[in-house]
Amino acid sequence: MTTRALHGGAWKQYGVIAAFAVAYLALGLLVRNSYYQLIMTLVLIWATMGLSWNMLSGYSGMISFGQAAFFGLGGYTMTIAFVKFGVTPWIGIPLGVLVGVIAAVIIGIPTFRLRGHYFALSMLAYPLAMLYVFEWMGYQEVSLPMKRENPHAYAQFADPRSYMALAMVLLVAAMIVSLHVERSRFGRSLLAIKQNEPAAEAAGIDAPRQKMYAIMLSAAIAAAAGGLYANVLLVVTPQTMFGMLVSAQALIVSLFGGVGIFWGPVIGAAVLVPLAEILHGELGHIVPGIQGVVYGLAIIVIILLAPEGIYWKLRDRLAPVRRPPSIPRVAAAPAVAAKPPGDAKPVLTLDRVTHAFGGLKAVDDASLLVKAGAIHGIIGPNGAGKTTLFNVINGFLTPATGSIRFEGAELVGRKPHQICRQGIGRTFQVVRAFPRMTVLENVITGAYAGTATDAEAEELALAALTRVGLADEQAYAIAGGLTTKQLRLMELARALAPRPRLLLLDETLAGLGHDALDEILQIIRQVNREGVTIVIIEHTMQAMVKLADEFSVLDHGRLIASGPPAEVVRNRAVIEAYLGKKWMDRVADPVT
Amino acid sequence: MDAVKWFLIDFLQAFAAGLLVGGTYGLMCVGLGIIFGVMRVVNFAHGDFMMLGMYIAFYLVTGFGILAFMGPYAGPIVGAILAGPIVFVIGWLLHRYLIARVTGVRVVTAEAEGHYAQIILTLGVSLILQNGGLILFGSVPISVQTPLSRESWELGPVFLNQARTVSFVIAVAFALALYFFLGRVRLGKALRAAADNPIAAAYVGVDVDRSHRLAFGLGVGITAIAGGLIASSQSFQPYIGFDFVVVMFAGVILGGLGSILGAFWGGLTIGLVQQMSTLILPYQLQNTAIFVVFLLIIFFWPRGMFGRTWERA
Repeated sequence: MTTRALHGGAWKQYGVIAAFAVAYLALGLLVRNSYYQLIMTLVLIWATMGLSWNMLSGYSGMISFGQAAFFGLGGYTMTIAFVKFGVTPWIGIPLGVLVGVIAAVIIGIPTFRLRGHYFALSMLAYPLAMLYVFEWMGYQEVSLPMKRENPHAYAQFADPRSYMALAMVLLVAAMIVSLHVERSRFGRSLLAIKQNEPAAEAAGIDAPRQKMYAIMLSAAIAAAAGGLYANVLLVVTPQTMFGMLVSAQALIVSLFGGVGIFWGPVIGAAVLVPLAEILHGELGHIVPGIQGVVYGLAIIVIILLAPEGIYWKLRDRLAPVRRPPSIPRVAAAPAVAAKPPGDAKPVLTLDRVTHAFGGLKAVDDASLLVKAGAIHGIIGPNGAGKTTLFNVINGFLTPATGSIRFEGAELVGRKPHQICRQGIGRTFQVVRAFPRMTVLENVITGAYAGTATDAEAEELALAALTRVGLADEQAYAIAGGLTTKQLRLMELARALAPRPRLLLLDETLAGLGHDALDEILQIIRQVNREGVTIVIIEHTMQAMVKLADEFSVLDHGRLIASGPPAEVVRNRAVIEAYLGKKWMDRVADPVT
Repeated sequence: MDAVKWFLIDFLQAFAAGLLVGGTYGLMCVGLGIIFGVMRVVNFAHGDFMMLGMYIAFYLVTGFGILAFMGPYAGPIVGAILAGPIVFVIGWLLHRYLIARVTGVRVVTAEAEGHYAQIILTLGVSLILQNGGLILFGSVPISVQTPLSRESWELGPVFLNQARTVSFVIAVAFALALYFFLGRVRLGKALRAAADNPIAAAYVGVDVDRSHRLAFGLGVGITAIAGGLIASSQSFQPYIGFDFVVVMFAGVILGGLGSILGAFWGGLTIGLVQQMSTLILPYQLQNTAIFVVFLLIIFFWPRGMFGRTWERA
């Protein structure tokens, strides 16, 4: 069924990779000129470097300008092991990979605290700092000794095409790893992080851990490429191993060929590396520098024509528009994993919770009790601290004081993904979709939290989509193009997919027309009837009075009233918060 | 006792050198900071615009000798300052016909994906400028000759290189002028609005595209002036941009994205760290010291010294 549409086709891709490898090596056999042979080897090494960059930056969106750090460590580890200790590259390169992975952990722990440009440019600092250290240690230029006896034991070959074959082995390995990542839950999690990190965390994805895995894999690939590069060129210098051009090359071949797909860097390297080398060979001696100008112009022209990379441009041109397979109707599975107790025991209790931004107390000494099976409305004027309250509950913010308990377990100090896995789903005031994924993929990402296998996740996702009425062809629409109502429903389905026992809905009803409002109200009531406790934020009274069993009113971070709707709307403090003191003075009994 | 005294003198000397170099770095970073802050573009070609400023100053002063009539003292300074408007025009045109195609409101708000094309584009521009520079100017290192660079003022036990001191004063003056421009002048305020929130700025009638063009021109122009100033105390060749672009990135990030004043302090800090690290570290490691201090500061203040954006969940 649909599992195949999502996860199938791997064997076909293996076939294409194998065909590519065989064809490339066959071409290599025909080439006699040793310079061209070297170029063909370099294409493979830079393609591998591109895959390393793509692993970290392409999938997770954390752009790295510092892949040279891992490349250089791999190359220098191999070289120093060889020159100083006589260790063969066959061991030296894996050793370099180990060093690269360790460096990745050391670099990742502090650097993942940074976001966006800060992350990208901080990564730039690592290889450059290493460059000067290696220069200072006296490794300006280290040559690998030629082994006359038994050269093969030292990975030295008379025929340059042997290096090409070696590089191809490495590249194919990196391609297969990338292919598997792209099709795995890990890869999907990275994609979710790239498209919307808070949403990914709220959907139960442990973002820091996934990013750490990505940088470790990325470093391993780069270090292997660096080791092989040193082995092919037989000499290392800090500039060629740690220099800015190495990081830039890894990034250029990927961006040029296509980001987020393992064919991208391969295409990019296959076009750009020969182009640069041939320009250098043909034009370099006529006017020094002209090759750089032409190369620069070439990448500018192509990026203007295909800003998202060649692969995606070609795919959009060539691939026929695929008709989405029809979704099988899945009977709405019972909403809850465990049946909630029939009596009205509290599932969620907040005890004197305070959170401040600087001097502003957004949540001030709030205590709240949400009964199992209830629809609990939280209302309050703009800026009352409603969303902050949700952020404190689901772990985006850690309260300064107070305690939050869900089914008896303390939530304060837990991370968003852990809280999600404990059974609390949430939606956002401004919908946080993964805009480049389909509706189904969005919801599957949410379902990961509650499942062990991909098939199970897909089943849960389909069930959740059926429950909110987004099944059929709508499930294959790209989330970026949905209407407000569809987005709200999709987010609701994403939060429902892992079968939470408590749902936090942040202004799910805002901005909807009358009919859409009624439809979503129906769905929320149905979900609640199936056993899910719901806390919902609103600032319009009308919809809430119809929906909620219980009200809490927040004003300036304080809970000023709590109770059944009929009581709360008569509360003097509430009316004052909403309508002002003057109104209170003028009208004796405003609710009639 | 003597050892302490000598260390103190060394310390003061390094501090003064760091301050003087840092002032010029600060101006350089302000240039990048405007582009970064307003357009959210990582301009890899920025160091190469600085290189252009150096060569323009050189050709105005020494090469073509247009400014020879001003004498050996004023000539190099005027040359450096004139590099500003010339590079401004180059940057303005480059933005108008090339960079605007991949930047703008659409991209400012985008996360990772929107920036790919910009990165490649500025890397391409960088390659063209460097190698074009090689064709036009040759690869022999040169510098702008001024008698100031060989003379010093003595301030107690501390020697202040005259060329660097003059550069420092001019750099600070330009940074201040820019600061007032952004704070007081209508055009500057529009620029700041576009930097703060491009969409809101567009809604209230700020021409965001024009602001970006102005920011890009100003950014590269300002940095070109800094380059022209450095050209009289350091030799250079067409590939020098790379050495400086990293220093500039570090300075801007240190100061905090979007803060023009912060960028200046960031650059100044870099200059101080670079010069003062020579007190305890071997000369070759002064750039490593920059990056280590840079990383340390970033880890303790992840938004830079002057960054002020909050993230909302």
